[in-house]
Amino acid sequence: MNLIERVIAISRRRSPWICRLNAGSCNGCDIEITPLLSPRYDAEQLGIELHGTPKHADIVLISGTLTLRSRQAILDIYDQVPSPKAVVALGSCPSSGNVFAGSPLVLSESLDNVVPVDVWVPGCPPRPQAILDGIARAAQLLEDGSTKSQIQGQRQNLGGRLS
Amino acid sequence: MSAVWSYLVAIAVWPGLLFAAPLGWLELWFMRKLVARLQGRQGPPFFQPFFDVMKLLGKETVIPKGVNRGIFLALPLVSLAAVTAALAIVPLPGNPVPSLPGDIVLLLYLMEVPVLCEVLAGYVSRSIYGQVAAMREAILSLAYNLPFLVAIIAMAQVAGSFQMRALQEVPYGPVHLLAALTFLLALPARMKLNPFSIANAEHEIIADSHIEYSGPPLALFKLSHAIEVVLLTELFAVVFIPATPWPPVNLVVYLVAGILVLGGVTLLATATARLRLTQAFRFYWIWGGIASAITMAATLVR
Repeated sequence: MNLIERVIAISRRRSPWICRLNAGSCNGCDIEITPLLSPRYDAEQLGIELHGTPKHADIVLISGTLTLRSRQAILDIYDQVPSPKAVVALGSCPSSGNVFAGSPLVLSESLDNVVPVDVWVPGCPPRPQAILDGIARAAQLLEDGSTKSQIQGQRQNLGGRLS
Repeated sequence: MSAVWSYLVAIAVWPGLLFAAPLGWLELWFMRKLVARLQGRQGPPFFQPFFDVMKLLGKETVIPKGVNRGIFLALPLVSLAAVTAALAIVPLPGNPVPSLPGDIVLLLYLMEVPVLCEVLAGYVSRSIYGQVAAMREAILSLAYNLPFLVAIIAMAQVAGSFQMRALQEVPYGPVHLLAALTFLLALPARMKLNPFSIANAEHEIIADSHIEYSGPPLALFKLSHAIEVVLLTELFAVVFIPATPWPPVNLVVYLVAGILVLGGVTLLATATARLRLTQAFRFYWIWGGIASAITMAATLVR
């Protein structure tokens, strides 16, 4: 790894820009993201910036129960995020559907079957510290080049070179 | 040293890219840190703007479907080139570029190019939000350019010349003060800071006109903005701060003046909320217009 690649890798950890995606949440997790930007938890210390558009994001925070209608939206928005990227699942809903599991309009599968999830932040809703910790861990994965999408990309590159 | 070399040095090294980029990052960090401290937060680490740009340079570029690839990728380059060339004309101490007659006109033209690039970037992107941002930027530039241009033109009127060096040699007088205040009136809108952050309203229209940009082109836009901040503050310092006979002292004075101006503008940005486009437009055409008229009158009375 040469010097510029090393600097870029460090920058990925030091400047994780996040984008929220509400996949059918009760808004509890989204309300818990807001204090991250407030004086108490001040996410800017870690270089975290909240961006409205997935094109500027490195980390997508996906919250809420997956519904039949949000599945395609998640895929679309995930595709718009330029790689390298990481996905953080907020709360219990993306993994299991939580209390909404079994409802007729709820997709009864884990978020991991839709997009590759790197960090799960448990809780209903998770505390702001836990969310901050999840983002920091995802940023560390981005530096190491070991998010699921990065590993998949490396495999594809390798496959292309071998064939 | 031949003229070509001096231009190359001015654009690439001092006061161009090599020194202006770190200085721009320093000034951006200072603004963000000051905002954070005023809000009772810790704020970003010192190298944050540098990390942001480096990270963007290492990311993939997603080009939306149906967008003209050439224009989409050329706009950030043109913006950065224009803003760097404009900075190379500013007679900072040690600038190797020879003074040209009429370089103020060239400077003012070059300073409009980044604005034009932002407007085009919004329209090229085919995003509704980008187009709204571009429209706002275009309309706002019609408003803030009145006091901005009048402040510089009034100084040229006093100097009797459209040459930057002549502007520095004007004996200090009341016109300096009036023109400086008129310039400061236009500065928050030129820097897209808070009461006039209408074109880059981050939660209202999601992002500014670079909404569809990602990766290295976005990094170039960020770099261009950093250098634009340096350009505006140093232009203010060079034109309105009285020069001493010692160039190194001048340099320190200009840098300190630039930081102070930024601090003032940031204070205003933290203390105010965003205006609507019509309010900002009315503000600049009424109050900016009055300030411009007084400044121009002062140049005639003198």
